[in-house]
Amino acid sequence: MTCKEFLTHLDDLIDGSVNPEMRAELQTHLGRCGHCEVILNTTRKTIEIYRSHEIYDLPSGLRDRLHTAIMDRCKKGC
Amino acid sequence: MPTIQSIAGELEPHPDVALVARVREGDVSAYDLLVRKYERQLFRIAQHITQNREDAEDVMQDAFLKAYEKLEQFQGNSKFYTWLVRIAVNESLMRLRKRRTGKMVSIDEDIETEEGSVPRDLADWAPDPEQNYNQAELAEILRKTIQGLPQGFRIVFVLRDVEGLSTEETAETLGLSIPAVKSRLLRARLQLRERLSRYFRRNKVLNESRSVK
Repeated sequence: MTCKEFLTHLDDLIDGSVNPEMRAELQTHLGRCGHCEVILNTTRKTIEIYRSHEIYDLPSGLRDRLHTAIMDRCKKGC
Repeated sequence: MPTIQSIAGELEPHPDVALVARVREGDVSAYDLLVRKYERQLFRIAQHITQNREDAEDVMQDAFLKAYEKLEQFQGNSKFYTWLVRIAVNESLMRLRKRRTGKMVSIDEDIETEEGSVPRDLADWAPDPEQNYNQAELAEILRKTIQGLPQGFRIVFVLRDVEGLSTEETAETLGLSIPAVKSRLLRARLQLRERLSRYFRRNKVLNESRSVK
């Protein structure tokens, strides 16, 4: 397997949607390719960092204000 | 012997189904619960697309109001949340269009068509690289990095990886084919990874003499 072929399966590997045969092939490639191992690990980390850090927080005061405005209009029939 | 009904009954209905039914019967307090549940997500999605705080606030409000008005049109064959996200995405794109004085805005803009290549920056990252920055610095890095992605990649990454929609739901929400979502997701993930490497890489670079196959 080449690095380019490995990349075409990267998302499926990360998302856990590869079949056992393909997983074994990918693992074999990873065992001898440090580059692809770095790509896999750092791509996983990229996703994890974006999932676990709130970069557009909605402060509770603003959230309450927006929430009240929405509900007021809904109660009036929008 | 289990009847068809009892087998079907084993599939737990999504809790939103009951809330939506209550809203349809005129119970506004049930809508209050739905708004509370999803307001943060909708705000985030709107902010990622419009990249403007005021617009994101407006989009969030307008999307919830529109969903309330159009609840009768909600078919129930998709999740309420996915339906809501679709409204928010459309509202966000409309808002962008207004800002650009009528210029057409779509999730296809800025998309390059050439195939993705094997990444060149192959430096490994420090363990827990985010620990090297304080919360504010890290948030700024993450914002700056994702804002640099083409719109069509950014939306797919946000819906799929940040907000947790499935590939199928993302495709349905954005009106894209499943292969298009997959291709954009891969390229979004790789581009973000590469851009974040500037901040998170170890000082030590992997043996550069190894060629990429």
